[in-house]
Amino acid sequence: MGLARFLVRRILTGIVVLWIVATGTFLLFFTRPVEVVARELAGRSATPQVISEVIRNLGLNLPLRVQYLHFLDNTAHLNLGFSYYSQVPVKTILAQDLPITASVVVGGVVLWLIVGLSVGVVSATRARSLFDRVATVGVLAGLSMPIFVLGELLIIGVFLPLNEHGITWIQTGYAGLSTGLIPWMGHMILPWITLATVQAAVYTRLSRGSLLDTMGEDYIRTARAKGLSERRVILRHGLRAALTPVVSQLGIDIGALLGGVIVVEQVFSLPGLGFDSVQAIDTGNLPVIIGFVLLASAFVVIANIIVDMAYALLDPRVRIA
Amino acid sequence: MSVTSLEFQAHSAESAPEQAIEGRSQWQLTWRRLLHDKIAIASILVILVMVILAITAPLFASLTGHAPDQAFTNTGTTSTGAPVGPGTHGFLLGTDYIGRDLFIRILYGARVSLFVGIVTTAIATLAGVSIGLIAGYFGGWVDTVLARFIDTVLAFPYIVLALALAAIFTPSLTIVIGVISFFSWAGISRIVRGQTLSLKEKEYIEAARSLGAGPWRIMFIDILPNLLGPVLVLATLYIPIAVIFEATLSFLGIGIPEPTPSWGSILAEAQNYYTVAWWYVVFPSVALLVTTLAFNLLGDGIRDAMDPRTERIFAAGSQRRRRRRPGVAAVPAVAGGPAPEFPDPPRQPMPPTP
Repeated sequence: MGLARFLVRRILTGIVVLWIVATGTFLLFFTRPVEVVARELAGRSATPQVISEVIRNLGLNLPLRVQYLHFLDNTAHLNLGFSYYSQVPVKTILAQDLPITASVVVGGVVLWLIVGLSVGVVSATRARSLFDRVATVGVLAGLSMPIFVLGELLIIGVFLPLNEHGITWIQTGYAGLSTGLIPWMGHMILPWITLATVQAAVYTRLSRGSLLDTMGEDYIRTARAKGLSERRVILRHGLRAALTPVVSQLGIDIGALLGGVIVVEQVFSLPGLGFDSVQAIDTGNLPVIIGFVLLASAFVVIANIIVDMAYALLDPRVRIA
Repeated sequence: MSVTSLEFQAHSAESAPEQAIEGRSQWQLTWRRLLHDKIAIASILVILVMVILAITAPLFASLTGHAPDQAFTNTGTTSTGAPVGPGTHGFLLGTDYIGRDLFIRILYGARVSLFVGIVTTAIATLAGVSIGLIAGYFGGWVDTVLARFIDTVLAFPYIVLALALAAIFTPSLTIVIGVISFFSWAGISRIVRGQTLSLKEKEYIEAARSLGAGPWRIMFIDILPNLLGPVLVLATLYIPIAVIFEATLSFLGIGIPEPTPSWGSILAEAQNYYTVAWWYVVFPSVALLVTTLAFNLLGDGIRDAMDPRTERIFAAGSQRRRRRRPGVAAVPAVAGGPAPEFPDPPRQPMPPTP
């Protein structure tokens, strides 16, 4: 009951947010001089005839209000237009890229949460130990490390030497899951490490601080006094409460994650969403860029709803309502 | 220690009245603590060296006779057209793919990185502090609107907006600074807002109000000085974020346009040459890492110096450790992470969103 109402409300807010993003995109891209937009939409070598045809076909000569309604209508029907160069529907391009980007994101997030949280928990339970100090230095290095620098250093330091010595499991580029789990992981492992290392640093710091705070609470002392094992106290009582700031941080970081994915795909030549959208910018492929912006925003909205639900599940004080 | 020696000490203290006890302000105390922090001092030195190198980049260019975008096709590339290594033909750190001096380009890249880092942080700090103060002080619907806006900006995928802007406008320094500033103020605002909310309930604010001070005077004269500490820490920690941000945009080709060298764009070019020219990747990476690390360490150092409660992992650690009993290790008041007033920059936990 409460959950259903919460979901409906969040989905409605999400639709409003998406509408705002779509409107913003429309204003950014279509309120410029008609000829400029038409030239961009028609491709570089378009003749004046083609351009005037594009203006007529897309209704760029219509009043802005009518154009806006058309744009919303098309977007709502997932009709995102065609890439200039291949004439493939943008929808198809996005659908092709999605599995690649999803491979990077899912593996990267899993690795980053596992590493970030476990290092954070161990650091907190052994505050000021050698491990904690090393972890703190590592966190600072991770915070200072741009994703593409780490990626390129991994290519030079891991990928090239290994392949020179005949170990060809680790590869750049992409191999789909259809080539088998092991080759897929070989292609994905460096992107995962790259994405995870930079982000895990933040989570290590966050979970360490949060757990240290939690472990000073009265109910932790109560749990210890009941004679629970330290392991159980930390995992069942401490960690659960300590996780709430971590989960809410996840909501903030989803935007940053998308940025990270774009860079990782660029470094490791993975032809996913990020790679193609950067290419689209280089070539001025406007429909693809618009499609990417809308898809990315939808992703952020949906992910935030999921994060809020997880938040409520973890922290009984947050009532879903 | 015997009683007599204590008496002796007390006596000697009394007999030296000319040694007046000097009052020390919070800032003086912070500064003194910072000066004892070897890592922070080293970071300051590294940053100073970087700044000096960046300022004197044209000097190095004229000394070596290599302009930043001058391609030396004969001496700067091998017979196969590959970059030459460090030390060859007077190229200190080697050359790039068309035979430009990598050392000079990295120096000029430092100008871009530091300029963007400092300018955007200044803009973001000004905007963030003002908006946070207004939201926190006025409360009500003003706060609701601004707080929602802050949350939206914090959760927005910034690279997506940067991509969209790059598609419309030709990338330029102004756009880069605009985009980075736009996504940096929100984190500062959120913290300033939170602090203002608690500070405005203090008695001295009430006193100021009863003396007839207006809201702007209270915000900027009475509340702001109390916020300067956390804001300074945040600003220092935002500089490396802005530097990385700029480098990332340039790496993706939507940042500082060619031929101006930026660490990010140098590394993007280097991508195609890492099999033949390790220096092409390693030196710009090191420059970038050293800079961001120095600012991060300095920010942490200032935070530690301002807040005596925080644990100082690096600086003067041994002295403090000895005094600490092992049993209190897990008590947060002693060992906890940064105090709530000094959180990490853009990564604050969200308040519960019901």
